[in-house]
Amino acid sequence: MAQTHSPHRFPVTLALLTALVTLFMLTPMVLSITAGLVNNYSQGLASGLTTRWLEQVWEGYGDTVLWSLAIATACALITTVVGVPCAYALARTRSRWARVFEELLTLPVAVPGLATGLALILVYGHFRSFRQSFLFILVGHVVFTLPFVVRTVSSAFANRELIAIEEAARTLGAGFSRRLLGVLIPAVMPAIIASALMVFTLSVGEFNLTWMLHTPLTRTLPVGLADSYASMRIEVGSAYTLIFFIVVLPLLWGLQAIANEVQKRYGT
Amino acid sequence: MQRLACLTPVVVIFFACWLLPMAWLIALPAQKGWETYFAIFTHPRYWLSLVNTVGLSLLVTVLTLVLGSAVGIFLARHKFVGRGILLSLLTLPLSFPGVIIGFFMILLGGRQGLIADLSEALGAGRLTLAYGFLGLFLAYLYFSLPRAIATYTAAAEKMDLALEEAARTLGATRYAIVRDVWLPELAPTTLACAAIVFATSMGAFGTAFTLATKFEVLPITIYSEFTNYANFALAASLSIALGLVTWVVMYLARRYSDAATVLG
Repeated sequence: MAQTHSPHRFPVTLALLTALVTLFMLTPMVLSITAGLVNNYSQGLASGLTTRWLEQVWEGYGDTVLWSLAIATACALITTVVGVPCAYALARTRSRWARVFEELLTLPVAVPGLATGLALILVYGHFRSFRQSFLFILVGHVVFTLPFVVRTVSSAFANRELIAIEEAARTLGAGFSRRLLGVLIPAVMPAIIASALMVFTLSVGEFNLTWMLHTPLTRTLPVGLADSYASMRIEVGSAYTLIFFIVVLPLLWGLQAIANEVQKRYGT
Repeated sequence: MQRLACLTPVVVIFFACWLLPMAWLIALPAQKGWETYFAIFTHPRYWLSLVNTVGLSLLVTVLTLVLGSAVGIFLARHKFVGRGILLSLLTLPLSFPGVIIGFFMILLGGRQGLIADLSEALGAGRLTLAYGFLGLFLAYLYFSLPRAIATYTAAAEKMDLALEEAARTLGATRYAIVRDVWLPELAPTTLACAAIVFATSMGAFGTAFTLATKFEVLPITIYSEFTNYANFALAASLSIALGLVTWVVMYLARRYSDAATVLG
């Protein structure tokens, strides 16, 4: 039947599916934003707008937002500082051990966070002061996000042109640290920043691991969210979700901008 | 030498904070006898939980691929006003923790939910679907779709329109174009996307946790063995089973497709 249609016909099925998916994806977001700002959810907008739920969330859970941001910052810094040199070494090594290690390094991403969390508790759980500090959660986040940094930055280091430039710098007498700081790192900077933002975003949103690792005194934003969904009224849960959006959205825009920048520089 | 120095910090962190704990986890069930490793096959409850999880993940993966590819192809080919914003809104949930998506489902299909309001207005009573299989299925679909949309849009932008044009000129039906042009061209994307969607669904914990679903999935079983019954050996054994399934799927997909697409 399609033979009779002109080749540039508007694809109705695809458009309808896209509209349906859009409705499905956006409705809950709109619902949760409005629910966090109205006086009474079951009466809807008619009950009037308020910021009192937001205030209540900030009072009860404000510290979880700050701790999440602190952990995410520390996580992005640590994974960048240790991950970038490792990415360089892996990109310049052809040994079989390096490939095996690369393969092993993907495991924390492939294995569910729940299992990683369980493993960390079983081994380090009885070091009480460690267990009860935010450091415990940070360790989990670092292990989980490190593979992303190593992968992303390593493929940037493997760029052929960059290898040639590094070779040129070497023949001109630039030592290792000079090459690394003066040539290599500036060249892969967009990849480094993109991966750091990615790590930050992953860390802020991490729940599967964090729920296992948290204690009543060490709660992150998603942990607080789960707690409020279980024990607070629907307006409070919604207001809290809204706060999550406010924290995460600018990050995503930043990521997008950097991804575009990288595309412009290294794009095919 | 310099390379060794570059590698050391990551190697140390990885061994101390992941490999060693994981080895411990893998060794733990042995303390309760070797049969503990096979608990997932021998206990009907755990077996059911595994079947539930695999079945749910497979269904979610299939529907995600179908819808994701449709949206991806549409968005790649039609440059309309607001397309960029739409694409970023559709991929936004990639960064949401699973608990938020569980909560979304409560807002949609819970006791105070939108669907309940709508069905009541239609005279069908207050319909709640959030806490059963359907709620869990829709929630999993919700967190899987953004990844599929993002990957398929990127892949569809690189599709060769000339091939399709040629097929059409030769009189191919729409169905034939989908089967003989779209499917093969998007096959690597589909494989990579299927693996990651399946693996994410298998390991998803936050969503089912928030919905407190009656339909039991493996991560919830593991969690309750660990916290409610303090049965560490069993929780470890079930975690190994879950980890093995997801790792094997990811590994196979990576062997058969480009490494970068699965991880990135």
